Amino acid sequence: MILPGPDQLAEAGARRPPLRSPRQLAGGLVVLAALALALLVGAAPALAQTGEGVRGTLNNAGERVAGATIVVEQDGEEVATAESDDQGQFSIPLPAPGAYTVTLDLDSLPEGVSVREDGGEVREVTVRPGAVAPALFILGEGTRETTGTAERALQLFVRGLQFGLVIAMGAIGLSLIFGTTGLTNFAHAEFLTGGAFAAYVFNVTLGMNLIPATVLAVLVGAVFGGLLDRGLWRPLRRRGTGLIAALVVSIGLALVLRYLFLYFFGGSSRSYAQYATQQPLNLGPISIPPRDLVIMALTVIVLTVVGIGLQRTRIGKATRAVADNPSLAASSGIDVERVINVVWVVGTALAALGGVFLALSQQVSYLLGFQILLLLFAGVTLGGIGTAFGALVGSLVIGVFTQMSTLVIPAELQNVGALLVLIVILVVRPQGILGRAERVG
Amino acid sequence: MDFGVIFNNTGNALLNAEALYLALAAIGLNVHFGYTGLLNFGQVGFLAVAAYGLGVGVTYLGLGFFPSILLGLALAVLLALLLGIPTLRLRADYLAIVTIASSEVIRLVARSAALRDVTGGSSGLTGFANGFYSMNPLSDGRYGFGPFVYNENRAFLLLVGWTLVVLSSLLVFMLMRSPWGRVLKAIREDEDAVRSLGKNVVGYKMQSLVLGGVLGALGGFVFAIANSSIQPDNYGTLLTFYAYTALILGGTARIFGPVVGSIVFIGLFVFLENFLVQAIRAGFIPETIMNSNQVGIVRGILVGAGLMLLMIYRPQGIFGDKKELALDAR
Repeated sequence: MILPGPDQLAEAGARRPPLRSPRQLAGGLVVLAALALALLVGAAPALAQTGEGVRGTLNNAGERVAGATIVVEQDGEEVATAESDDQGQFSIPLPAPGAYTVTLDLDSLPEGVSVREDGGEVREVTVRPGAVAPALFILGEGTRETTGTAERALQLFVRGLQFGLVIAMGAIGLSLIFGTTGLTNFAHAEFLTGGAFAAYVFNVTLGMNLIPATVLAVLVGAVFGGLLDRGLWRPLRRRGTGLIAALVVSIGLALVLRYLFLYFFGGSSRSYAQYATQQPLNLGPISIPPRDLVIMALTVIVLTVVGIGLQRTRIGKATRAVADNPSLAASSGIDVERVINVVWVVGTALAALGGVFLALSQQVSYLLGFQILLLLFAGVTLGGIGTAFGALVGSLVIGVFTQMSTLVIPAELQNVGALLVLIVILVVRPQGILGRAERVG
Repeated sequence: MDFGVIFNNTGNALLNAEALYLALAAIGLNVHFGYTGLLNFGQVGFLAVAAYGLGVGVTYLGLGFFPSILLGLALAVLLALLLGIPTLRLRADYLAIVTIASSEVIRLVARSAALRDVTGGSSGLTGFANGFYSMNPLSDGRYGFGPFVYNENRAFLLLVGWTLVVLSSLLVFMLMRSPWGRVLKAIREDEDAVRSLGKNVVGYKMQSLVLGGVLGALGGFVFAIANSSIQPDNYGTLLTFYAYTALILGGTARIFGPVVGSIVFIGLFVFLENFLVQAIRAGFIPETIMNSNQVGIVRGILVGAGLMLLMIYRPQGIFGDKKELALDAR
């Protein structure tokens, strides 16, 4: 593990420019990212690294059941088998997050012991990335052991906040690009995937630590965004290409990028060399890996910096002016093309950082971004299209809602709930939660 | 390189089921997007509800073939109403987001374990197509000429399907010549102007959404019957994007645009696949660049790039008229 030394950090801090333009902001963000990730490194080494799995305890009226066979299947294929130990406990490592069927072999139980309900020997378990999911088998009578609903709700709420913050990293760029250019960019989710893969190349292929790799990935994202605007979108704006035509172009771009990732990296999921799996910390009722705490802190810092940049800096004010009325902004001397270019740079840089964060909790795959594309749109629309702060609020609502809805609906349907909320909100409040009430039709 | 195989496979695909259901989906999209200017990015949702209406009707509800078809059509109409009520008053991009979201909702709900008894969950449904094939008047054998040779069941499906394509195109042609169709085109050009003339714009848009959705539903039936199975993951957003590509390739707001576009699109698709496979086999493309497992990936890249280039350099497609192409956000 190559840690950035104190002198390197000090150097980075000294070179940090005053926060004036988003382009410089992006540089500042990179440094902040490095600093906070360095904190993570300080906290991490003592912790053992574990992967996804299922665990549980077989408890028959206070008596632990040893030697029972537990089989884990996915899509009808056996993934793993294990036996409970002397304490009646079992812990089965699994290769990847996903939905699993955990079955307790009734024949392996001692005589007179069975599950309390018919079909209680089969449990559908959703294993979240980096998490060990509990599989609860209720044996005999009066042995129910479960975490309280309130506790679970709190845990899911925190998880939802984190997910929402990561969505916001993508949604704000999407929203700013829409606000300044009118482009509904279907390729934005691919920028998250791109950032995650760029970090993967630096981290695993080139053997760098994840922290400098993330910084480089954000830079790659920023450069890519700037070049994409110069090379593709600006010529299209010059030609007077309509917004819908540009939207279809962005769909084509998304297909190209997604299949390029598939071509170069294949269809399998990959993990980063560091921080991919961590033992969760127990903070009161909440158990959370330290990595996730750092991710949350970082996203809050980054998003605050972007927010302040939009409110206070010259280029931020210019961005809002262009979003409000491009012609008026241009006639009052604002270089609209430059503003748009800066928005692309910052938007893709944010997306790249969000992609790395997302990949840390979900693994890198070519579908990483595409899987949350609709949640990005939902966050943007929910908050009010074209407003950066709205995108943040909308993303948080979507993140918390998708996680907490699993209290009442199956986890495989969590995105359905979020999308239905989007549709309902559009009926009631089409301008979004924070959007200005205006005639939109 | 065996060019005989390449051209035979490509020719066979031109009239086969993929081009057929893509054409029906694109004709529906043409009504939405080409004539009314509605940005429907969830066309595959109409195909999905129709297919599941047929499949669930036959296998779960025990209805006959035709009642199940009616069920599928009713579901498509219902979906159009559900999508239209919240979004048709809003800006065009809202409809785009809501439709793409709803098509994913349909797929995710259909493949959920909770509905395994009804929809078959992630493994889908089979055993509903017999009602259709039992009506086949053709006796066993091979029908057709040149590369267009199909067995009796496929030939029957293609006859029925392409008849539907012709009838649908005729219907759209007549409707778009009618006063009703002129109102739709006027809405596409300037919605506010139409509203100021006292027309019920939302009502017209809704009728267009229902009509295009029902045409897409026909494509859903063909898709399901051709495969004799319904796989929920076949109804992902990619199919909608293919339908858009086919429509734009042929020319939006043109009667034969979606049909010719679908045939050409599928032809290019199958040609590329066969060509690449043959070129790899003959050693023209070294294994280090691409192996035969990566043909689908390279084809995906080329489809995306083709869609971009088409939209940039020839947005009116093969038949299109640039004047009819008011591709601008509303």
